Amino acid sequence: MLLAEIKYLVLKDIKLEFKQRYAINGILLYVVSTIFVSYLSFARIVDSATWNSLFWIIMLFAAVNAVSKSFVQESTSRQLYYYTLTSPQAIILSKMIYNFMLMGVLSLLCLLVFTGLMGGCVVNYPLFISALLLGSFGFASALTMIAAIASRTNNNFALMAILSFPVVMPLLLTLMKVSSAALSVGTLSGNLKYLAALLMLNVIVVALSYVLFPYLWRD
Amino acid sequence: MDFYNREYMNEFLKNNWWKLLGIGLILYSIIAGFLIRIPELPIIRESIRNLFFHVVMWFSMMVMFGTSLFRSLRYLSTFDIKHDVYAIQSVNVGLFFGIMGIVTGMEWANFTWGTPWTNDPQLNGAAITILAYFAYLVLRRSIDEENKRARIAAVYNVFAFVMLIVFIGILPRLAQGSLHPGKGGSPMTVTNLDFTMRLVFYPAIVGWIIIGYWLTSIRVKMANIRLHLDNPE
Repeated sequence: MLLAEIKYLVLKDIKLEFKQRYAINGILLYVVSTIFVSYLSFARIVDSATWNSLFWIIMLFAAVNAVSKSFVQESTSRQLYYYTLTSPQAIILSKMIYNFMLMGVLSLLCLLVFTGLMGGCVVNYPLFISALLLGSFGFASALTMIAAIASRTNNNFALMAILSFPVVMPLLLTLMKVSSAALSVGTLSGNLKYLAALLMLNVIVVALSYVLFPYLWRD
Repeated sequence: MDFYNREYMNEFLKNNWWKLLGIGLILYSIIAGFLIRIPELPIIRESIRNLFFHVVMWFSMMVMFGTSLFRSLRYLSTFDIKHDVYAIQSVNVGLFFGIMGIVTGMEWANFTWGTPWTNDPQLNGAAITILAYFAYLVLRRSIDEENKRARIAAVYNVFAFVMLIVFIGILPRLAQGSLHPGKGGSPMTVTNLDFTMRLVFYPAIVGWIIIGYWLTSIRVKMANIRLHLDNPE
């Protein structure tokens, strides 16, 4: 029952996206222009610590921008309509899955453009990409919950940033640790405990959102 | 106050003994903290006396934020606005302790490490914790309707507290090491904290936590009066 609801809600979000088209194009353009601005100011980066920091800072801001509109793009009355049809858990989980797909595309594109313009610093691609995907899921789930909180207030966009930074900080620091290993001599097996920590963080965020979201939903 | 009326004084002491205990413990920790003999320690020397003030602030802050978490959970299960008032006032008092902890810590760091702020997991953890609770205050300001504000703030309080506990748990394992004693390779001073120092340290913690509860209860009364003045009936 829950799974069927989630499936329809995710499909609904994807269809809506392909119909409107501006949201995904907007965020992709945002990432590309941010990287281009950094390229104009840095030219090529050879120092792997700088490469790592800049990459993740761009990813963080792109993620906040991409996820922040999750709950505000549709009207309140239409959201009320979903509430009569489905359970709140299905709504939060479907938004998380949809945002994960969005973040997955976004992060791979970010890696491609960033490597193309700034020079490739990644040594161990399997490790880096597994961290990137786990990070995409972590950003998507934590920020979806924060977007749900921020959407209930009067100034959604300013609050989105200040509420999310303390919450995504454990995720971001773990990610930077793994990816800095992937930029030098780190191996996949040597960094399994950090990948496990990322997975654990994702499980905690999803579980908390599953329990807490029903309180946000009702007015 | 009528000191000569025995019945009045009995009544007064019965209700307020814990406040007097709190004041007494803090006065004791300040006076004894500056007077007791301390062991000879390299680098840190006499500044170890700051332990009775700086470390105690963090204990009190975490107790206040823990109280706030408990009140937020109670609010979400009962929807009684009383718990929300306690949650926000505990956060206010906790932030006061947090800022005092940072100020005393910067003073101490300037003396022993030569700089008020270093890239240390303990410092970063403290900074992020305080940022999260300031974000909580801003979140509350941006919602007008009372019950909605209580509900959404409670959700953020629970979410942020759990993530902060995870953060404080993970952070030291990611860092290279810590300058703080007993963390990440630095020599421990607190386990071999000598007996006379414990006699001041533990009472100081209890005293400040009592004062924290007292401050919270005063702020709760003020908030209730303000609530009553805003909608009188």
